[in-house]
Amino acid sequence: MDDIATPDTLLAHMADTLKQLLAERAIDRPLMVGIHTGGVWIAEQLHQQLAITEPLATLDISFYRDDFSRIGVNPKVKPSKLPPQVEDRDIILVDDVLHTGRTIRAAMNEIFDYGRPSSITLVCLIERNGRELPVQADIVGQKIQLTANQHIKLNGPTPLQLVLS
Amino acid sequence: MVNKPGKASILAAQDDWNIQLDSHGRLKHFLTIEGLGSEILNNILDTAESFANINEQSVKKVPLLRGKTIVNLFFEASTRTRTTFELAAKRLSADVLNINISTSATSKGETLLDTLRNIQAMQCDMFIVRHNDSGAAHHIARNVSPDISVINAGDGRHAHPTQAMLDMFTIRRSKGHDFGKLRVAIVGDLMHSRVARSQIHALNTLNTGEVRVIGPKTLIPMGIENMGVTVYNDMAAGIKDADVVIMLRLQKERMQGALLPSEQEFYAMYGLSREKLRHAKADAIVMHPGPINRGVEIETAVADGPQSVILKQVTYGISIRMAVMSMVLGREAQSDSRPADEAKA
Repeated sequence: MDDIATPDTLLAHMADTLKQLLAERAIDRPLMVGIHTGGVWIAEQLHQQLAITEPLATLDISFYRDDFSRIGVNPKVKPSKLPPQVEDRDIILVDDVLHTGRTIRAAMNEIFDYGRPSSITLVCLIERNGRELPVQADIVGQKIQLTANQHIKLNGPTPLQLVLS
Repeated sequence: MVNKPGKASILAAQDDWNIQLDSHGRLKHFLTIEGLGSEILNNILDTAESFANINEQSVKKVPLLRGKTIVNLFFEASTRTRTTFELAAKRLSADVLNINISTSATSKGETLLDTLRNIQAMQCDMFIVRHNDSGAAHHIARNVSPDISVINAGDGRHAHPTQAMLDMFTIRRSKGHDFGKLRVAIVGDLMHSRVARSQIHALNTLNTGEVRVIGPKTLIPMGIENMGVTVYNDMAAGIKDADVVIMLRLQKERMQGALLPSEQEFYAMYGLSREKLRHAKADAIVMHPGPINRGVEIETAVADGPQSVILKQVTYGISIRMAVMSMVLGREAQSDSRPADEAKA
């Protein structure tokens, strides 16, 4: 397995690539949305590095999960903070680890409950193998291959640290 | 020991409580606060906190209970409780049926259990039951098929557990998580109040510092001290230094005989006026489960005043009912659950 870089190193590179991508796509007023909890930490960093003026939006997708009937309701769901107007917005959706793709599916469902965005760009710190849905990230900090029993997790917010188990 | 008198009835009572929990100790039915530990009550309150956030968003709906069918079975009139249950179910994306039984099949001679079997045959997931007989929700829970959950929305004089929990939620949001430092006074018609009974159980389970009940002797049930409350017949003494004052509705429709001299006299002695409220702490909150009788239990200036949280109780009722419904229906096959971060994509 590859060595995992530190989140800070990855973030600097991701911010540069994201800037380029937004320029290519002529997106000048993006709405950045972080997914609780790790995705919000990553989004906070990118939000700062890209100097986006509009406040960071956050999503807790617990109520949109497709495994609710298996794991039950989580009593500590954080509020989603989306602006009332997502219609026609260019959204940058940020998460820490892209694995099965189910979190992203749930997040997109929640976003669409608020309106129809013009586009969604997906940014993930880590992309690992194990996709169960046709979801791909536009910008990735690092791609890694893990066995089915291995897990990677982001601890934070200060310091941000990737932990493999 | 086995032959000890009363043992069978104690066991029966325990069985009544235990049918609320499944074999993993999770809430399957919500019939009464009795027999539930502080862990479950706090879990309901914490879950409601998450839903309170949803209810403040511009899109107040989540897909948690999509595909589930919830039946409001109301054998007794209700506006607030039925509509907040209905809204709660709809905000969880469940389908809701409202059946007003008093005007329905039972008036054509069908028995309660036949009515239930028919609704059950429509493959529903949950019954919300309000009935004027104590024990009706238990009776239904014992007789429905095992995959149906029952929530008690008020049975006779017995219990109204979701009302008690929304009251605990209101207290917690106003006064913080530590119930140990609180003095709570419940005032009025304790005799006929299922709300008060459920509140007392909930307050005691959450280790409330002191619970007082206040009212005329005719409206205070004998032996209520055994529930861990202090009885006061004098209003001023009873609400002195209270942090929370809960007013109850005079349930005239349940009163038989002369329990009350007159509404005017009751108001003079036990109605919550601005003047009487001064005996409570300056930052005390005033609660009432509704519907309120202005000028009978409470002065308009108090009901609409700065210390009143009566309308917040209604708002929080939705979050509490969403919490209970999602906990009860989100319980299937949890034994094979994966840790949350592993399930996260």
